[in-house]
Amino acid sequence: MFAAALIVFRESLEASLIISIMAAATRGIPSRGRWMVSGVLAGLLGAALVASSMEGISMLASGIGQELFNAGVLTLAVGMLAWHNIWMSVHGREMAAQAQNAARAISEGTRERSVIFLVVALAVLREGSETVLFLYGLATGSEEGLRTTITGGLSGLAAGALVGGLLYAGLLRIPLRWFFSITGILVLLLAASMASQVARNLIQADLLPSLGAPLWDTSALLSQSSAAGTLLHGLIGYDAQPAGMQLLFYVVVLVAIASGMFWVAQRGQSGRLSKQ
Amino acid sequence: MKRLLSVALLSFVAASVMAATEEFTLTIQNHAFAPKEVKIPAGKKVKLLVVNKDATPAEFESKPLGREKVIPGKSAATINLGPLKPGRYAFVEEYHENDAAAQGTIVVE
Repeated sequence: MFAAALIVFRESLEASLIISIMAAATRGIPSRGRWMVSGVLAGLLGAALVASSMEGISMLASGIGQELFNAGVLTLAVGMLAWHNIWMSVHGREMAAQAQNAARAISEGTRERSVIFLVVALAVLREGSETVLFLYGLATGSEEGLRTTITGGLSGLAAGALVGGLLYAGLLRIPLRWFFSITGILVLLLAASMASQVARNLIQADLLPSLGAPLWDTSALLSQSSAAGTLLHGLIGYDAQPAGMQLLFYVVVLVAIASGMFWVAQRGQSGRLSKQ
Repeated sequence: MKRLLSVALLSFVAASVMAATEEFTLTIQNHAFAPKEVKIPAGKKVKLLVVNKDATPAEFESKPLGREKVIPGKSAATINLGPLKPGRYAFVEEYHENDAAAQGTIVVE
């Protein structure tokens, strides 16, 4: 039961951190809660589908189907987070500050809601499919029965959700003045961390060189399996022994999204100036 | 010209066959790895074939190697490794990682 709780906790923690950051970053978007719940449900459904067809996925593309699938899911998520940060953050800020001009809020809210939905669904899908396979193995294996598996799984899930909830509650205490800058940075780091995971999958598929593996080793200093290491991995993509290519992906995505955000902010400012 | 081309092609094929990556096999049975240590050469790409003889799915995971792959029940998966520096790299079957039998090491020398 403890093994089930621990694994489910670890897998659900990553999804839970992503969901909390998204929930905070999209504060002020009308009916975003409903879209997040739909995202979770769609992600769970997807996870069950992926788990049940894992054998087929694994055999695709002469054995690298799993790596390509994960890289695809992660790339899509990076794209959504980039889109959110570059195009939507400005409007989100305005909407939260004014909550007026209902018509515009609805049209822009619709696009933002599909981003919320997709990011949440992809996070749950990715972390969920491994969990489903694990629980299936435990439940059908003789060592632990179905009931202990379910109890363990649920307590792990509850613990994962609790950490996410605490993060969300903590973020909401940030004054509105800094709030969207901080959630913007968190989303940026989340996207960079997912990009590094894309690289890891493509190296594993032997489609990319590792460019030094590991590039450094800080596992003695801060193990990735420790509580702090796990949390940092989920939040900013901490890797105790990363490949050079992972760092390259991380930095490129970080710089690209940050430049996009800077560019949009600049354009917004000059736009306002010329109107005066 | 044609002959020259075919000679070139043949030598290319021969070279790529000789350069084919070495493959090592790791078996999972009753959630236990056999062998517990896999020795691979340093500075070279190799393939690790992980055969899961159990009916339940397993997940090969190694944080030091940056590898993570689900191996469905009664099937096998290839994991590309290297080039690596000499050393010991731990791996686990993530679903049973607390059992000593589900832990192993890649020894690069």
